[in-house]
Amino acid sequence: MTSKQKIFYFIYLHRTGLTVTGLSLALLLYPVFENNPYTLGLTNLIAINAIVVLGLNLFIGYAGQISLGHAAFFGLGAYGSAIATVTFNIPAWPAMFLVAGMVALVALIVGIPILRLSGHYLAMATLGMNFVFHSILLQWDEMTGGPSGFAGIPYLSFGSFAFDDEIRLHYLIWGFALLALLLCLNLVRSSVGRGLAALAGDEVAAAALGVDTRKTKVKIFVLSAILASVAGSLFAHTYSFISPDSFDIFVATDFVIMVVIGGMGSIWGSLFGAGLITMLPEWMDIFETYKDFVHGGLLVLVLLFLPQGLVSGIIDNIKIKVTLRRRKNAET
Amino acid sequence: MLRLEQVSKNFGGLPALSNVTFPVAQGQLTALIGPNGAGKSTLINCITGVLDPSQGSITFQNREIAGQPTHIISRLGIARTFQNLKIFPRLTVLDNVLTGLTSEGGDSMLMAMLRLPALRHRERRLRLRAMEALDRFQLADKATWPAGILAYGDKKRVELARATVGNPQLLLLDEPVAGLNAEETAAVGEQLRRLRSSGHTMLLVEHDMDLVMELADRVVVLDSGKCIALGSPDEIRRNPLVLEAYLGRTEAIA
Ligand SMILES: Nc1ncnc2c1ncn2[C@@H]1O[C@H](COP(=O)(O)OP(=O)(O)O)[C@@H](O)[C@H]1O
Ligand SMILES: [Mg+2]
Repeated sequence: MTSKQKIFYFIYLHRTGLTVTGLSLALLLYPVFENNPYTLGLTNLIAINAIVVLGLNLFIGYAGQISLGHAAFFGLGAYGSAIATVTFNIPAWPAMFLVAGMVALVALIVGIPILRLSGHYLAMATLGMNFVFHSILLQWDEMTGGPSGFAGIPYLSFGSFAFDDEIRLHYLIWGFALLALLLCLNLVRSSVGRGLAALAGDEVAAAALGVDTRKTKVKIFVLSAILASVAGSLFAHTYSFISPDSFDIFVATDFVIMVVIGGMGSIWGSLFGAGLITMLPEWMDIFETYKDFVHGGLLVLVLLFLPQGLVSGIIDNIKIKVTLRRRKNAET
Repeated sequence: MLRLEQVSKNFGGLPALSNVTFPVAQGQLTALIGPNGAGKSTLINCITGVLDPSQGSITFQNREIAGQPTHIISRLGIARTFQNLKIFPRLTVLDNVLTGLTSEGGDSMLMAMLRLPALRHRERRLRLRAMEALDRFQLADKATWPAGILAYGDKKRVELARATVGNPQLLLLDEPVAGLNAEETAAVGEQLRRLRSSGHTMLLVEHDMDLVMELADRVVVLDSGKCIALGSPDEIRRNPLVLEAYLGRTEAIA
């Protein structure tokens, strides 16, 4: 190999690590160039959504299942942290992990029966779950504050250092998002991840290769619920105030849209999907006014033309074109 | 090694297999032949737990496996290919073959997410073995291609590489050369020969009689779900029942 080839090979071999390092550096420096609290608030929201979407993409894109109920796990994390810290005076950090553990248990108990379903039935069951959860938030107002929401949630802090402004929150939330990204990237590059990809491709083939399909689906469901719960806790501690509207079935479908836009089975696409859908209403008022129509329309368009999702659909197509061109060149 | 005892399977009352009994001996290549619709694929599906037999017993290394879940049977060391290809078109050729090593890669999600050095080391070893398997099937130069764009013959070989990469105790092959051209058939035949001489135990479903008669130690003939003959290739060639089953349907037997 020439030295140029060696460099390219090194980059190819370590592409994941290099990209993560690059992204980390960019995020480290970002507040130096961008100190407008409003913009930082938006990018923080992207990170919170991205954590949910990363987990959901494992479930939808890798394991090949569907959930229209992940706003419920997001909400359980948020209300769990709110109630634990305000009502029960539990310190915020332990509360966050305690709540995540409880959400994992809920996901396990819900997941075992409903993951026997698939396709439309699974979509309906998870949608129903989110609907029930949202109704409980509205009805049980002694605990949740009902429709008027839950206020006075404390900031996360280390001693006297509180994550109480946008720049500090930027480092906190993106720190969590990068950690989630890294864990997910590692997972999909392992034999567990290949088992998941097999599961999404063909359940019979996956089982014949030794994948315990039922157990794997439940495990990934639980993992995605834990990620959603952590994101929910961060959401509560960022805004100090939460209300049921942030966790309804439209939010649940928005998470799915982020997965689809980013691309099923693309970890990096998850970041893009979360970013695009979070920013759209900011860029154009029309998206704000007709939000549900635009999101629905996007979903339909992507599924019609790129059923793998926008980003991974485009990447797949490029990969195929490049390979075919190379094959042609090799033949001539 | 594998014993089928009075295995029956009905689909909504219609029998696809009736009282099929035969052994697959260790280190031998047993061929399973019979006209289309005889129940050969159904039999393989029963052995691998994709279908539950309606009746009968299937023992593998003296262990009852009839009705067990597919992944448990797979982890005992039974690998298979499918008559209708089941490769993963979006994964690369290398990743497709690596899925054949799923059971060896460990299934702890936590370990996978942490990607500690031990796991990295194991991943490297698995990748090496997968590349060796690709080499054996002349697919190494296509390792990074998405499997979906391969030609049909290459796809079949990816599936064979995936089934053999883990060195299974028992290999079930459902028509591995169907749809291949003469050259590809010869290459796959060569691989089967090599697998056989390295002591692999195989059950081969195949219509290509030249291949069957050359490679098989034992031949089992299935017709309308019934086992009508069992013997060495020479015995089967001379068996009047077999000739009738095939000639009655104007299919020639070599
Ligand atoms: N899932 C199924 N449901 C109903 N009938 C089936 C099913 N699978 C196979 N059959 C029937 O069982 C018989 C045997 O099929 P098969 O095992 O595929 O035959 P072969 O592999 O020998 O060509 C055929 O009559 C087929 O129609
Ligand atoms: Mg068949």
